[in-house]
Amino acid sequence: MSELIKVGMADYKVGKNPASLISYGLGSCVGIALYDPMTKIGGLAHIMLPDSTQARSAENPAKFADTALPRMLDDMLKLGAFKSRMVAKIAGGSQMFAFANATDIMRVGERNAEAVRNVLKKIDIRLIADDTGGNYGRTVELKLDSGIYRVKTIDKGEKEL
Amino acid sequence: MYEDILKLSALQLDALREIGNVGAGNSATALSQIINRKIDMTVPQVAIMPLDDVPNVVGGPDAMVAGVYLRVFGPAPSSILFLLPRDSAFCLVDMLMGREPGSTTSLTSMDESALMEIGNILAGAYLNALSYFTHLTLLPSIPALAVDMAGAILSVILSQLGQMGDHALVIETEFTTATDDVKGHFFLIPDPGSLTTILAAIGVKE
Repeated sequence: MSELIKVGMADYKVGKNPASLISYGLGSCVGIALYDPMTKIGGLAHIMLPDSTQARSAENPAKFADTALPRMLDDMLKLGAFKSRMVAKIAGGSQMFAFANATDIMRVGERNAEAVRNVLKKIDIRLIADDTGGNYGRTVELKLDSGIYRVKTIDKGEKEL
Repeated sequence: MYEDILKLSALQLDALREIGNVGAGNSATALSQIINRKIDMTVPQVAIMPLDDVPNVVGGPDAMVAGVYLRVFGPAPSSILFLLPRDSAFCLVDMLMGREPGSTTSLTSMDESALMEIGNILAGAYLNALSYFTHLTLLPSIPALAVDMAGAILSVILSQLGQMGDHALVIETEFTTATDDVKGHFFLIPDPGSLTTILAAIGVKE
């Protein structure tokens, strides 16, 4: 059995083959998997909000797309990963409740996904799989032996990205 | 001004617990009358917890639950969430629709409406008591329903709180039928700033 590392809400973890990184029950949050296929080093971030500069409290950098990603990237580089080989896969960012007059608060999932794409562009990491949106929750698991990013849902089946 | 929930006094926490008690008592009575069964409720807990701990109250982020979500409008905007384990929701629907216990295994749109209506009634009863107590006019939005993982459902509220800090203040009560077949958690989660209004309204400023 390989080690299963849990990533909580507003947290990120990095690891090496043969571990797996898993995060349960993402709704509007986005799970970002970064992976270096050569060294089999990967990281999984579970971000809640798009932008730390818009928030009143930015104590926990792992909570925001713009601060979590650069930190996770750094930690992976320290483990020996190479940025030029890294690829990104993302999932989550759904809108769990549909109200007729969707306010910005309700659309946080969409804004999260958008922010993650922008940050990836900025730090120059290729986004190769994107399973965001919808109105359902997801559990995500990054397998560090293969880089497969498994997305499980309750009614919408399971996919491997 | 946004209050610091980590700095509330014991007296303030007690006052919030009492508010939860009055509100939940009203809701439990309403639920009991609708399904014509005895309902037990726990003493409400006022918990201040790290955001990622909140899903553990209902069995962890991947627990399968049905959630009815309402926004509260007025001088103290808040979120109300009535969360039931999915099996409890099915059981409740059986009672509401007069079906054999255990016959519901997925929700039709009529079943969904029934659950939302329950959320509506519980929230209305809760807010009535709260309004009476605080002399604040608090009105619920129309309800929305999701059946999914607890973490996913709660993320809607937690991400709002996350803008302000890393902790949530939740006023939570558990309802249980005497036969233990239906269990539900009722959450009132005040928006940042609303606690100050509520506490001032009942005269417990510190």
